[in-house]
Amino acid sequence: MSLPKPIMRGLLAKRLRFHLPIACIMALLAGATFKFTVAEPRKQAYADFYKKYDSMKDFNAMREAGVFESVRPSGEFYICIPALILDLDY
Amino acid sequence: PNEIQDARPLPCLSCASSVYDKGNTGTRTQRGAKGKESAFWGVHFVHVGLLVVLQSFSQTMLRLTAGRLLLSGRTVAALSANSARMASHGDAVSEQNMMSLPMYCDRLDIPLPDKPYQDVLSAADKSLKQKEKGPWNNLSKEEKIALYRIMFKETYAEMKRPSSEWKTVFGGIFFFVGLTGLVVFWQRIYVYPPSPRTFEEEWQAKQVKRMLDMQVNPVEGFSAKWDYEKGQWK
Repeated sequence: MSLPKPIMRGLLAKRLRFHLPIACIMALLAGATFKFTVAEPRKQAYADFYKKYDSMKDFNAMREAGVFESVRPSGEFYICIPALILDLDY
Repeated sequence: PNEIQDARPLPCLSCASSVYDKGNTGTRTQRGAKGKESAFWGVHFVHVGLLVVLQSFSQTMLRLTAGRLLLSGRTVAALSANSARMASHGDAVSEQNMMSLPMYCDRLDIPLPDKPYQDVLSAADKSLKQKEKGPWNNLSKEEKIALYRIMFKETYAEMKRPSSEWKTVFGGIFFFVGLTGLVVFWQRIYVYPPSPRTFEEEWQAKQVKRMLDMQVNPVEGFSAKWDYEKGQWK
């Protein structure tokens, strides 16, 4: 039985020489994929949204819906909140 | 505390009541409806578990000795060789002696156990051991196998033979998971407090409307999916 002597040294180096470039390429690929599938569309979506954004129109829509506490809908009276809680008459 | 949270700057004169008025103090006894699923799965799992466990038990118990299920590693040989002496000598003393001396074990990761399997050799075995000291080419195939069996109890092939233990394991898992499901179901009925009123359908609807009014995440998220002109989801 005379088998050839197996490789005893440099096993890690050999593996790294093969796998490290692949790892780097995969990392770059992952970054690029994320950038072009998530980041760029998101930036575009925000740009498109604000191109035609009218803040006063949206503000008035929200005001009429009644979400604000400082500005009530145009049909309501403005009442001082502490007066309400303390039940004062002014 | 509830009064202050619910107090809103309501108008003192006529104004249609806003949708954000203090919500109705509806029934607070409504229990979570989500716990009922656990009962279904609980019964199902217990049923499956019992079936598998009973099946596997009937198979494993008939084939294997009881010791295999109780011991880890394969120190069966040493202990069964011990049991004969234990009967005559009394339990505690020889058990201690055997445990402190090198023991034999059949393990995949220990190829050469601490001592040979057969300690006491018959006369034929002893002569075979003498023959082993010479050149091995003189040994026949049967003699080599006999020498192996003196040294070891099981071959690697025998050690690696498949068993039905996995059925017991999965059966036990299903059974106890199912039992837990039943326990959770019981808890849902008898232990859980009443659900918070924020879980009610009406409250949830009001909450969604308020989120849309505030335009939560209008660019890519929640309100972006609502069509404000048509008043419906996109």
